[in-house]
Amino acid sequence: MKSTGKRYRSPILLIALLVLLVGLPAYVSSSSYTVILVTNILMYVVMALSWAIFSGPTGYISLAPAAFFGVGVYASAILSESLPLPLVILIGGLASFVLAYLVGSATLRLRGMYFTMFTFGLVELVRNLVHWWEVNITGTVGRLVVSEEPITVFYGMVVIFFAVLLGSYLITRSRFGLALRSIGESEEAAAHTGVNVNRVKAVTFGVSAFFMGLTGATMCMRWSYIDPTTAFSIQYSFMPVLMAIFGGMGHLYAPVLGATIFSLLEELLTTKFPYYYMLIFGLTMLIVIVFMPYGLEGVIEKWRKRGKGGPEDVAYDAEKR
Amino acid sequence: MNILEVEGLNKHFGGLAATSAVDFHVEAGEIVGLIGPNGAGKTTVFNLVSGAILPDSGVVRFKGTSIAGLKPHQIARMGIARTFQSVKIFSKMSVSENVLLGHLFGRAKGSVISDPARGETEEILDFVGLAGLKEARAMDLILANQKRLEVARALATHPDLLLLDELMAGLTPTEVAKAMELVKSIRERGVTIVMIEHVMKAIMSICDRIIVLHHGEKIAEGTPQEVVQNRTVIEVYLGE
Repeated sequence: MKSTGKRYRSPILLIALLVLLVGLPAYVSSSSYTVILVTNILMYVVMALSWAIFSGPTGYISLAPAAFFGVGVYASAILSESLPLPLVILIGGLASFVLAYLVGSATLRLRGMYFTMFTFGLVELVRNLVHWWEVNITGTVGRLVVSEEPITVFYGMVVIFFAVLLGSYLITRSRFGLALRSIGESEEAAAHTGVNVNRVKAVTFGVSAFFMGLTGATMCMRWSYIDPTTAFSIQYSFMPVLMAIFGGMGHLYAPVLGATIFSLLEELLTTKFPYYYMLIFGLTMLIVIVFMPYGLEGVIEKWRKRGKGGPEDVAYDAEKR
Repeated sequence: MNILEVEGLNKHFGGLAATSAVDFHVEAGEIVGLIGPNGAGKTTVFNLVSGAILPDSGVVRFKGTSIAGLKPHQIARMGIARTFQSVKIFSKMSVSENVLLGHLFGRAKGSVISDPARGETEEILDFVGLAGLKEARAMDLILANQKRLEVARALATHPDLLLLDELMAGLTPTEVAKAMELVKSIRERGVTIVMIEHVMKAIMSICDRIIVLHHGEKIAEGTPQEVVQNRTVIEVYLGE
């Protein structure tokens, strides 16, 4: 049970974050490096949070984020000349939702490694399909994009960030969230308790892809040119997964923290140690996995529960597996 | 009235006939025992009735409606709940969340996590004797309580028919006695019960009728007294 003081802690933290983000251009120049850096961090935060919506409770490890991100990018590149900005972004999200829902309905009966392999293949499939389309139908590989000011892209990502936070929160608290967790533990028992397992999985996979599509459609506008290789780059699949694992998935703050630290670390390493960047990055990841099997969240929760005693103290580790 | 009618149920796994031409019926309000040696096809019958697997041929009617071909969640929402031979609780969820899931997705299908939903969850936990453990994580319960929790989750879906797969297996004699009381009180709630069981004492004392399966075929059916005196049954269990 939370005490009254603690109950208000999360909302206060959220409002502080909102003020900080919305006010950011007041402290720094609106086209500055800081704005671009924070936009980039927000992109990864949203990707990691969206990934955790589906993969966190169900344990299905999806490597498809790059496919949904890329669909958003392309939707935006094609439509941004003819439609208003918010509509373009929304269509990017919806296109990814539809793709994920259809693909999910057909393949979410695959489990474990098979599902992961499939999602990995999906990124390649969609990328090559777009490439083929461009070569054979439109006759040009890649396309020019109507770029927006960095500050516009930044505000777009702020809105999407709060939307995905709200979305995750509502799902976790609803009967849908309970169903997702039951699916993660035993699909058979969930089905015999009345949960329409395949539908719940496909819809959530779609919702998670929706936010990735929004992100792709928004981030597209910071480029002036895109092609299948940049839009469907496999790093948009691996990074969110690594970040969510690094942060943890039991609480909403965990992927946010994981993605933030991770992208700052990446930024720091690429600028300070351009030659040893991947080496240091790899080592860091190894150390984290060996010493913090439940990510940052595991360490934080242990620290928060210190001295409280009781079974919770020991139980945390087991709970998160 | 027959709540469940099974006619000519066939299911083959490769060359093995898991059930062949099984016929039986269950009347509303009964407690029916399903017994037989290991591999007799008892759990297969449960899997076929609850929609976990599809029959090769045969008819399953629940309250007069054919349910063959329906998905497990559809059958659960029509009012057939089940437990599993190897306990399948949601071990990382709390005891009350396990039951809440049944309430939210079963026949009652409450759409939100509301106070009435929590109230009913507590009533069911109280009924099965887990009232003091509702905040515990399911994995921390002892086996007997995990089995009670599985029953509670099944009851939360508001079933008319409950399929219990070896509820008593692995329990101490005291726990078996308590489980027998539980089964009887479930019937008093108006739920019809079919139970697979190896604990003979339990079967003999609480079942109205017993169906005996052997190598996928029904070899006997009747009251406990009739079944223990049946020559075929004695041969199957004790040898000739």
